[in-house]
Amino acid sequence: MDHIRNFSIIAHIDHGKSTLADRLIQATGLVDERGFRDQILDNMDIERERGITIKSQAITLPYVDKQGRSFELNLIDTPGHVDFSYEVSRALASCEGVLLLVDAAQGVEAQTVANAYAAMEHDLEIIPVINKIDLPSADIERVKEEIEIELGLDSDQAILCSAKEGTGIKDVLEAVVTLIPPPSGPVEKPLQALIFDAHYDPFRGTIVSCRLFSGSVRAGDRIRLMHNQATYKVEEVGLFRLDREPKKALSAGEVGYIISGIKTVSDVRIGDTITLESDPAPAPLPGFKEVKPVVFASIYPIASDDYRALADALEKYKLNDAALVFQKDSSAALGLGFRCGFLGLLHLEIVQERLEREYDQSLIMTSPTVQYQFLLSNGEEITVDNPVYYPDPATIVKAMEPFIRASIMIPERYMGAVMDLCLERRGVNAQFNYPTPGRIEIRFDMPLAEVIYDFYDSLKTVTQGYGSFDYELLDYRESDLVKLDILLNGEKVDALSQIVFRDSARPRALNACEKLKDEIPRHMFKIAIQGAIGGTIIARSTISPFRKDVTAKCYGGDITRKRKLLEKQKKGKKRMKMVGSVAIPQSAFVAVLKTEKKGS
Amino acid sequence: MAPGLYVHVPFCRSKCPYCGFYSLPSAAPIPVWLEGIKKEILLYKGRFGRFDTLYLGGGTPTFLEDATLSGLIEHISTHFDFTADTEFTIEANPCDLSREKIRLLKDLGINRVNVGIQSFDDRSLAFLGRRHTAAEAEDALRRLRRAGFDNVGADLIYGLPGQTLEGWKGELNQTVSFCPEHISCYELTLEKGTVFGRLQEKGEIRGLGEEEGRNFFLTASQILSAAGYIHYEVSNYARTEAFFSRHNAKYWDRSPYLGLGPSAHSFDGKDRWWNVRSIRGYGAMLSSGQAPVEGRETLTEEQARLEVLALGFRTRRGVALKAVASGYQSCPALSRLEADGLVTILDGRVIPTEEGLLLADHFPVYFS
Repeated sequence: MDHIRNFSIIAHIDHGKSTLADRLIQATGLVDERGFRDQILDNMDIERERGITIKSQAITLPYVDKQGRSFELNLIDTPGHVDFSYEVSRALASCEGVLLLVDAAQGVEAQTVANAYAAMEHDLEIIPVINKIDLPSADIERVKEEIEIELGLDSDQAILCSAKEGTGIKDVLEAVVTLIPPPSGPVEKPLQALIFDAHYDPFRGTIVSCRLFSGSVRAGDRIRLMHNQATYKVEEVGLFRLDREPKKALSAGEVGYIISGIKTVSDVRIGDTITLESDPAPAPLPGFKEVKPVVFASIYPIASDDYRALADALEKYKLNDAALVFQKDSSAALGLGFRCGFLGLLHLEIVQERLEREYDQSLIMTSPTVQYQFLLSNGEEITVDNPVYYPDPATIVKAMEPFIRASIMIPERYMGAVMDLCLERRGVNAQFNYPTPGRIEIRFDMPLAEVIYDFYDSLKTVTQGYGSFDYELLDYRESDLVKLDILLNGEKVDALSQIVFRDSARPRALNACEKLKDEIPRHMFKIAIQGAIGGTIIARSTISPFRKDVTAKCYGGDITRKRKLLEKQKKGKKRMKMVGSVAIPQSAFVAVLKTEKKGS
Repeated sequence: MAPGLYVHVPFCRSKCPYCGFYSLPSAAPIPVWLEGIKKEILLYKGRFGRFDTLYLGGGTPTFLEDATLSGLIEHISTHFDFTADTEFTIEANPCDLSREKIRLLKDLGINRVNVGIQSFDDRSLAFLGRRHTAAEAEDALRRLRRAGFDNVGADLIYGLPGQTLEGWKGELNQTVSFCPEHISCYELTLEKGTVFGRLQEKGEIRGLGEEEGRNFFLTASQILSAAGYIHYEVSNYARTEAFFSRHNAKYWDRSPYLGLGPSAHSFDGKDRWWNVRSIRGYGAMLSSGQAPVEGRETLTEEQARLEVLALGFRTRRGVALKAVASGYQSCPALSRLEADGLVTILDGRVIPTEEGLLLADHFPVYFS
């Protein structure tokens, strides 16, 4: 096992993780010039389009060091966005060390700190790597100082590199084999393999990604999933090269995959331990800290007949995204669907997009909300994560909402703007740290609901992209809440209701009315949009009807051309949800929570 | 319903910058075309029953030499059957309508002439790339009357850059003064693939905005209705029901029609098919004994219904109630449009109002 190294690259978003991963893959010759493409580990279209990593991805790199020794380097690429911290922590559980990547111009940021601490909790070897040293604005000395002061790491060890230019890559690889310890784990003991990821393949069934902590497994073995004792026969094991590469056996210390014809998708749980039926391990591995969803929204199929298909897609999707939780839900306006819990707004967007792309579902997602608590006059305490179940206001004795502790790192010059933003978002209990000259860390207690309401984008706007943000959940605090309803042509659309802070109700209602006005296309008739609390209308807007829409000429006998155009429009309409006679596009349901102007 | 026959004459003296129909600015390929038409006629002989309309469209049918035109008609009447009251239309360019040509048309049995006047403003005519002047158009109309044509149609185009509502009113009044039996008012469409389409992409010209388009449309409707015309289709007006274009009505009520010539479309009540566009391809396929068909489709029930809605709501006949909604009482979508004054319901039919015609492109999707 001395020849194996398991490591991750961790960093704040945009500090260059995927580019460094690309260089490491190229440097080890796993892929030639022709077969190479940028962001090579980001398999999903959605990752490549957005330029971010969403899923951890494992790959085994062959490497021969300066002394001529051969190694197998298991690199697990990780996401950088705060919503996906759980992906990082799962990847870390499979590693002995990490490369902590810091941008030479941006320095240490909120996610750098959070990820470094996570690595420390796992007791991993941390190698600081300062990336982008080729930038004119690179300030290596300052970044080293930040690494010393903010992270308490020895900055003399830091490797300087430019993944973009390809400098320092050799040094990084040498550091991986010399500084990161090889995995320890007895091959002779019973099999313990930690499932850290899985996905569904229509041809091979469930494919499980795992790290072996002890024992070994080979094709033909009968394995047991320890949480429910289900057993399966192993069809294939192997390593992740650029594609799956079958191997005779996987042994302790290795990271690879197991295919075993698992048809019952729900049998596989991320964090579960796999052992052998013939020689079971006495106990499972500790697994992962369970993630709790903080943002809730409902999804509905656009055509109600597709409910079954959506249920099936969710089951399969969950294999690959353990953080998603869901249960059945129904709405007067939208029919049968699912109430889902997410780790954050980006997570929510990604789930929606992946379900549409990878599972070909057409969905409506309602506006997200947090989980509220209410004490009622009959002494009952209830939790509400869906505005539909908002209790009768007359019975509410006390309302509570979740608070977070926000940590925002910015260059000093943005302090005023960020303070204004946080105060406007009901931030209290401000604290300031000055980690290094010119930079400031602002900490605030703030309702989670305010974060959901487009906080991240607003922060990026006011700090011109220089602000970084992280948060942890604190507690529930008393609040003054109301339920804001949206009516279209006098008809309440339950899926557009929101629970809001009373003082924000009017501006929120105005924003929702304006957003819906932008999102809902013009119809043949006028559409009145109203925001209401109980029976009181507090905001309104109107979508004026089409005044003229007719082509002058139906081209001679060419009716086909005209009809094809209409068929296309008809298809477009099928992607909208009909509420009464108003067709609402998918985007409208989430847009009510966005504050930015369209097109800006 | 009796079928209609259409012949596409894809030749013009010059190409107009707004026109998206298939047409060549040359007389050279006419023999190839005529050979083709004759062969195509034989292919369909006996397959469509007795026609009650014959429509020569283009292109510019009056661009054909007298002998060619006579030969064509003769061939058609030899091989196809027509009812005694057949509506026989030719599209005509004002500058082709000499006294001699008009006499020929009369002699050939043509009983309806549709004149491409387009405008009574010389600047507009120049902009549209037309080769005639307003005065020539007026002369042509007078000559047709003198020759005894009692079913004359005038085509107008509105929405030209620089055209005012006042100017449009003037042109409408001038048209009415000639008492044509039929008037078509087309809003200028900037089509992809035309000169105007390219100018629009470059931002050098633009079409009418929604409100302007409405005003021009309603102005035409008001002036022509006041003059006694019936607004029977989005762009079409006639003095009495007898002067509705019988041939065009076949397109709109989904009666069968046979289209001959390159790019012509046909419908037999079930299938639609369309011919290849290029004359060379058209001629070559016919020479090798093949039908010059480029594409064909059999309509599903759903497609047929979409067509019924799309075409019906463009006309004042409207659409049968049962095609719109199975039970009127339970169709709030329909009551809503009725309440908004976009349709009226009369004798089991849903009829678009003037406001409804302005939104004709919305009905089909709205009701599906």
